Amino acid sequence: MKRPSSTRRRFMGGLLGSASFWLYSDHEVWADALTAVDAGPYTPRYFNQEEWRFLNAACERIFPTDAHGPGARSLGAPEFIDRQMDTPYGHGKLWYMSGPFLNAPENLGYQLSLPPRDIYRQGIAAADAYARQHHDGRSFADLDASAQTAVLKDLEHSEMPLGSVPAHFFFEQLRQNTLEGVFSDPLHGGNKGLAGWTLLGFPGARADFMDWVNQQGAPYPFGPVSISGETA
Amino acid sequence: MNARKTDAIVIGAGWAGSILAKELTEAGLSVTVLERGDDRATAVEGDYPSSIDELRGAIRHRLFQNLSQTTVTIRNTVGQVAVPYRRLAAFLPGEGVGGAGLHWSGVHFRVAPDDLALRTNVIARYGKSFIPEGMNLQDYDVTYEELEPFFDKAEKVFGTSGEPYTIQGKIAGKGNPFAPDRSDAFPLPAMKDVYSASLFKTAAANVGYHPYSLPAANASAPYTNPYGVQMGPCNFCGYCSGYDCYMYSKASPNVNILPSLRQDPKFTLITKAHVLKVNLDSEKKKATGVTYLDLQTRQQVELEADLVIVSAFQFHNVHLMLLSGIGQPYDPVANTGTVGRNFVYQTITTSRAWLPSTHYTNQFIGAGGAGVAIDDFNSMNFDHGPLGFVGGSPVWVNQAGAKPIAAAIGGPGGKAPAWGEGYKDAMVETYRHSLTIDAHGSNMAYRDVYLDLDPTYTDAYGQPLLRMTFTWKDNDIRMNQYVVSKIEPIMKAMGATRYSLEKLATDQLFDTRRYQTTHLGGGAVMGADPQTSAVNRYLQSWDVPNVFVIGASAFPQGMGYNPTGMVAALAYWSAHHIRTTYLKNPGPMVRA
Repeated sequence: MKRPSSTRRRFMGGLLGSASFWLYSDHEVWADALTAVDAGPYTPRYFNQEEWRFLNAACERIFPTDAHGPGARSLGAPEFIDRQMDTPYGHGKLWYMSGPFLNAPENLGYQLSLPPRDIYRQGIAAADAYARQHHDGRSFADLDASAQTAVLKDLEHSEMPLGSVPAHFFFEQLRQNTLEGVFSDPLHGGNKGLAGWTLLGFPGARADFMDWVNQQGAPYPFGPVSISGETA
Repeated sequence: MNARKTDAIVIGAGWAGSILAKELTEAGLSVTVLERGDDRATAVEGDYPSSIDELRGAIRHRLFQNLSQTTVTIRNTVGQVAVPYRRLAAFLPGEGVGGAGLHWSGVHFRVAPDDLALRTNVIARYGKSFIPEGMNLQDYDVTYEELEPFFDKAEKVFGTSGEPYTIQGKIAGKGNPFAPDRSDAFPLPAMKDVYSASLFKTAAANVGYHPYSLPAANASAPYTNPYGVQMGPCNFCGYCSGYDCYMYSKASPNVNILPSLRQDPKFTLITKAHVLKVNLDSEKKKATGVTYLDLQTRQQVELEADLVIVSAFQFHNVHLMLLSGIGQPYDPVANTGTVGRNFVYQTITTSRAWLPSTHYTNQFIGAGGAGVAIDDFNSMNFDHGPLGFVGGSPVWVNQAGAKPIAAAIGGPGGKAPAWGEGYKDAMVETYRHSLTIDAHGSNMAYRDVYLDLDPTYTDAYGQPLLRMTFTWKDNDIRMNQYVVSKIEPIMKAMGATRYSLEKLATDQLFDTRRYQTTHLGGGAVMGADPQTSAVNRYLQSWDVPNVFVIGASAFPQGMGYNPTGMVAALAYWSAHHIRTTYLKNPGPMVRA
């Protein structure tokens, strides 16, 4: 994995400072969610320490380190999720959030009053309590990998309330956000070293395949590049 | 409130609104377009590389309607309490200049002529008793021959790429043999077939079907349209659906029409203008203008006009008619009224085939409008007699550019794990070596499937939300199941090592949590009878003749084809008759 070079920093600076990037749509509010130019060890801004330990462990179980390469933790999925909590999405500002909030059949969709920030706050506390209850008071982050997986599988299929969030709903929120962190542009804090894209063979922001429309099933030959110009 | 005056007001700056604004300014009218979203320019926010960010684009819905301000409520049946569609999922309306025409894919069909008179044709071939109880099967009251010049015009404005079958009665290419005759060639040759689509083309032909390259409003070569605006050649980057096209290759109102309109002093575009209602005279027979909310100043503004064009997204058109009192709201119990009647959708299911691991489908390479389809099971192209259902589906490989987040969340499919151990192996195989085949089909109209105003929920401006009462019906489920069964031999002929066939399940309820399609239709349908249609054959309100309602809201049934080509043709058709007939003698153009 190549570390961001000084060239990359200049590129990022140029891009982020350009009128096209900042002036339009919702860029202003997205600014906080973007990766800092010099990434040191990440300090979460939304999650507290206990939540952060849970999140790191859970993300890693959902997308584990294995023979294929790094897992969600070293790819920065927890950092991605923490940054997302301060976007309009995290605050529920992309959703219709007016009441009354009724119990309705599941096929009619999300009907809770909680934005993602609160789904995590309530969900993590209750899921960790569930882990402690079944594992002699040990928190989720302190369990071994197979026990953590077993807890997540319980949540995946359970209607049990975690705070006011059904367990399976909390799990799906966590699963989706983890995969977003693994596979989105590193601009948002995850997919470090573009390793998520490398796994799938997705070439990122190349976005020009004029000469590769039909090569009779041959693999596309080039590795990924990010929006900022980083390569794997 | 200060009242201002313009000749014509156009509500919504998507395809229909932009076409009407262009045509009416050409006719010499002063036109004000009111768009509730932001202005959007491809040169600015659609540029490379910042616009091709999947997270901000397709996942967080950069170009789509922000539901926090207004949404719809949904229930499956009349007896249920409807609840809000709180998070975008099943369908994705656009917002801002360009509307859904900015984030669409670009599949650009005409119409299957049989679909325009489906009721008449079904009765003629199978008898009236073939129509199931409760199905409101209706004709459009317009023929393909009448619409053909406007399909032709729209294709030339859109820079559509395609292969013809016949032109003026003579075979002119290897296009869709079920397609109706054309007066002229496509403006551009067909898009190339990506690998997956080329496999489908060979396999489908081997099975005995009639594959053709999809007509696409993605430019296969540089193009200058009749308005003098330019498109660049598509490079198969895969960022069509959900994105603005940084290559200027996908047709959009923003690229193909508005650059010429913006230079016209008779044209005014007001963005962040949320229309609250069309104002009517005391007898509700004439529109006097509209009242809109300026979302920046939070002031209500009254704008007067002689002519009001309602050309927002399909269900926003119906919503605005109901809020304004244009026409009689549909009542499914009494079976009276027309506004909200014949609300329709489309059936769509996506099946997947896996190829040997030596074959890479490179699913990220693609174009939204490109692919290969068969029409053997669309419209009335096959014998429905022994099957006992109405309708059909094109079947296609439409590799629009599979992005990693959506693919990863969707998972590897089949029985493979959706996370954890084993997930990566399965995901890699599916992403690198599989392809998808859709059955994208019709959906009929029913007496108890409709739109009205919700009794409980309101939008951010205090107006009642629109309520959808919708679920899948037996006729359409059986149609989907039948057509999907025809995909299996194609998959085998493609050399699939395994495949999964996805179809609607018997008694399946409409599920709002999963994306299906944004091709909603009906609710303000066109027709010959004011008892069963809200607008006449020129898309003119039967009740308020200086209001025209343009869009997929006019479709009496959900057809198998993608709707944009038909919406554009109907917009040009309506505009032509406004220009040549209505403006000379304003009033009803069809006597009820």
